[in-house]
Amino acid sequence: MMETPLLEAHGLGLRFGTIPALDGVSLEIWPGEVVAIVGESGSGKTTLLRVLSGLLRPDAGSVAYRGPDGATHSVHDMGEAALRRLMRSDWGFVHQNPRDGLRMGVSAGGNVGERLMAVGARHYGGIRAEATEWLRRVEIDPARIDDTPQQFSGGMQQRLQIARTLVTRPRLVFMDEPTGGLDVSVQARLLDLIRELVADLGLAVLLVTHDIAAARLLAHRLLVMRQGRVVEQGLTDRVLDDPQHEYTQLLVASVLAA
Amino acid sequence: MAYVAVKGGERAIEHAHAWLAEERRGDPALPELTVAQVEQQMSLAVDRVMAEGACFDRGLAALAVKQARGDLIEAAFLLRAYRTTLPRFGASMPLDTGAMRVRRRISATYKDLPGGQVLGPTFDYTHRLLDFALAAEGEPPPPAPESPAEAAAMPRVTGILAQEGLMAAEPHSEAEPGDLTREPLAFPADRPLRLQALARGDEGFLLGLGYSTQRGYGNAHPFVGEIRLGEVAVEIVPPELGFAIEIGDLTVTECQMVNQFAGSRTEPPQFTRGYGLVFGHGERKAMAMSLVDRALRAAELGEDAEAPAQSQEFVLYHCDNVEATGFVEHLKLPHYVDFQSELEKLRQLRATAMQEAAE
Amino acid sequence: MSTATGYNFAYLDEDTKRMIRRAILKAVAIPGHQVPFGSREMPLPYGWGTGGIQVTASIIGPQDRLKVIDQGADDTTNAVSIRRFFARVAGVPTTERTSEASIIQTRHRIPETPLREGQILVYQVPMPEPLFRLEPRVAETKRLHAMADYGLMHVRLYEDIARHGHIAISYNYPVMVNGRYLMAPSPIPAFDNPKMDRMPALQLFGAGREKRIYAVPPYTAVRSLDFEDHPFEPVRAKAACALCGSRESYLDEVVTDDRGGRMFLCSDTDYCGERQAAVQRDAAE
Repeated sequence: MMETPLLEAHGLGLRFGTIPALDGVSLEIWPGEVVAIVGESGSGKTTLLRVLSGLLRPDAGSVAYRGPDGATHSVHDMGEAALRRLMRSDWGFVHQNPRDGLRMGVSAGGNVGERLMAVGARHYGGIRAEATEWLRRVEIDPARIDDTPQQFSGGMQQRLQIARTLVTRPRLVFMDEPTGGLDVSVQARLLDLIRELVADLGLAVLLVTHDIAAARLLAHRLLVMRQGRVVEQGLTDRVLDDPQHEYTQLLVASVLAA
Repeated sequence: MAYVAVKGGERAIEHAHAWLAEERRGDPALPELTVAQVEQQMSLAVDRVMAEGACFDRGLAALAVKQARGDLIEAAFLLRAYRTTLPRFGASMPLDTGAMRVRRRISATYKDLPGGQVLGPTFDYTHRLLDFALAAEGEPPPPAPESPAEAAAMPRVTGILAQEGLMAAEPHSEAEPGDLTREPLAFPADRPLRLQALARGDEGFLLGLGYSTQRGYGNAHPFVGEIRLGEVAVEIVPPELGFAIEIGDLTVTECQMVNQFAGSRTEPPQFTRGYGLVFGHGERKAMAMSLVDRALRAAELGEDAEAPAQSQEFVLYHCDNVEATGFVEHLKLPHYVDFQSELEKLRQLRATAMQEAAE
Repeated sequence: MSTATGYNFAYLDEDTKRMIRRAILKAVAIPGHQVPFGSREMPLPYGWGTGGIQVTASIIGPQDRLKVIDQGADDTTNAVSIRRFFARVAGVPTTERTSEASIIQTRHRIPETPLREGQILVYQVPMPEPLFRLEPRVAETKRLHAMADYGLMHVRLYEDIARHGHIAISYNYPVMVNGRYLMAPSPIPAFDNPKMDRMPALQLFGAGREKRIYAVPPYTAVRSLDFEDHPFEPVRAKAACALCGSRESYLDEVVTDDRGGRMFLCSDTDYCGERQAAVQRDAAE
């Protein structure tokens, strides 16, 4: 019954001065699908994420999103108000630095509750119960519901950001290097958690990472970017086990060597 | 007139000083302003110079105002420069402003209270319409009507709140506080030192900072608990006597700003105090000071401290107008040598860049 | 009919009044939205009610009857000063009776006597932006209003309940106007908030220093923000007025000595006086 993609981009192009940041990029994300964009820093993957999520306007090409009502909207023509509404309900954004996604001076419960209130929740007890449940789901002791993220470790902050993002049951979540700033041991646990939640909730995820291992663990499909172009794409196992493009071969080899 | 090279400048300086004296005097056909006139009729300028000059002497402050041609920062500077030559005999006992002989006393938190509200000599409810009658000299105004002196005591509003446990208590200490004129500031600075710095601080700077806390840059919820103006006795304990004796009176303005809750789930909410005390009649300064004092307590009260007014270093390093004017104005001193080296470096860089472009 | 020579009727020149009236019309057309206006320097300091004075000056005519209150009372110094100002520069009759006034300028209170159609209530506003403690950047708060993005304010209320067990705002309690704009009601006690809802009189708000005018047209919905399970609660001292005995009005606390002595009086002096007069009339009959 899902014959149309959730998000569809065509021929995206963007230049910063003389440097092509995106060059003819097209992609689709289907409901419940996790798509990873991998590449080195400077490959254009974060720029692509910003263009797909409407934060940045491309010079060429278009991005279309199919809303919960079934209608398709151009992300860059829908206007700031509609985009903001999308951002706080049907979409989610997990930033590399939790400080960019959390209110550091507001309690954990308030951080999770904000998105519920933004979509109309007005029952304090209900909001608190939902926040408590979500803290438990991301393995934060619910007794810390009134503590601020300032008092949390980096891994806890990141898990809180995920709880805050997922509480409104978005259909599409953008993740920008979600395990980037964390210790390796903490990274593994967080990746497991993300994988479970994504599977349970049937989320579509667009994941940007330079971490091939993270992409292998989470993603159904993979796009490899270099100098603003998609040089190779396909099912994750196929691309990583049998890379066709020499740049992909290099990326995979460097992970194996490391 | 050419800008005289500094080495040959001695004569230029002499001449400039002579010119300055001439400008100060103005038209010699008009009578010269006396220091007593300044002291009596420019009394708020004198008060401000005493406060920022950190020296309580109306006569000297008036002289400084006259000498500085009405430039109050320059006058404060003159008074500071004089003050620094005075020997230090010791520290006074804390002033008892509760026993003040009050000329003005208002509270914005209670409509009426023991001792009553006393409006006193204030601009507050005047309409700011230029009074052209003042342009013509005339008879002195008729004396202001006097109400019979009220014998009633005037307890401080913060004391009234404290009785109910609503006002956070200040830590009591018999220790002699530090003296920032003798020891340079170190950070974090304790509250007595902060208050000293603020009491000497520039009125305009503190006003702007206090204002910023009201506009969201530092989470302030202030009420004027009380402002009082009047005379208080200064007492010292001479070591050879071992008991306190009065050595004179000061005119001071005190502001106690009551601020909304700190408190959390574990600690009951309480009011906390911002405090301002300045020499003379300096209400704007006392209020601004009390706002900034409270803002500077953010860290110790466990509040976020991200606004400029909440940063000790930012506030205390920049509130002194004698220091600030010195450093800003020093930019007009010769910087030939440094500038010359900058010139050479820039020429060199540009030459390289042009050469590369040509290739 | 100006009584202060050298100044226009009601102090402001007619061009300025016209500019302010245009801002007021726009404000009425978009209830709760803050309209920027070219606020003028007034002969009273910022914070003394320059916004309210400019609004009053631009709507007042010789046929008007003006009442000015501060903290609910006609006899507080600032109210006396502003009333005198208009008596001097506009020569209009003034009154202390709520029911007799066509324009009521107020600081921090709404009269207890219900207002009726045709009356105008002018509020003096120190800080028009309800979000300023949460987001001090004006450019950003404008954007939040444009997007009706008020999550921040709800978070603030949530945090209050989490920390204190209930919402800890007692005055300047934020309201939603006409279901669209979040608005600061000016620092009136939360007790007065319900009076704003569907009030028959026109409510105008002037902020001089911040250069904003906003309005609530007659019969417009004004809802105090709250939660379903923590409903808005207007607070008043649990006491009766020592003069008129009212248990409904908002009370001032008066300290009578420094040993904890207190008494409570109506903050609305006109309301209190009317009630006392009624009691005396009844006694005389």
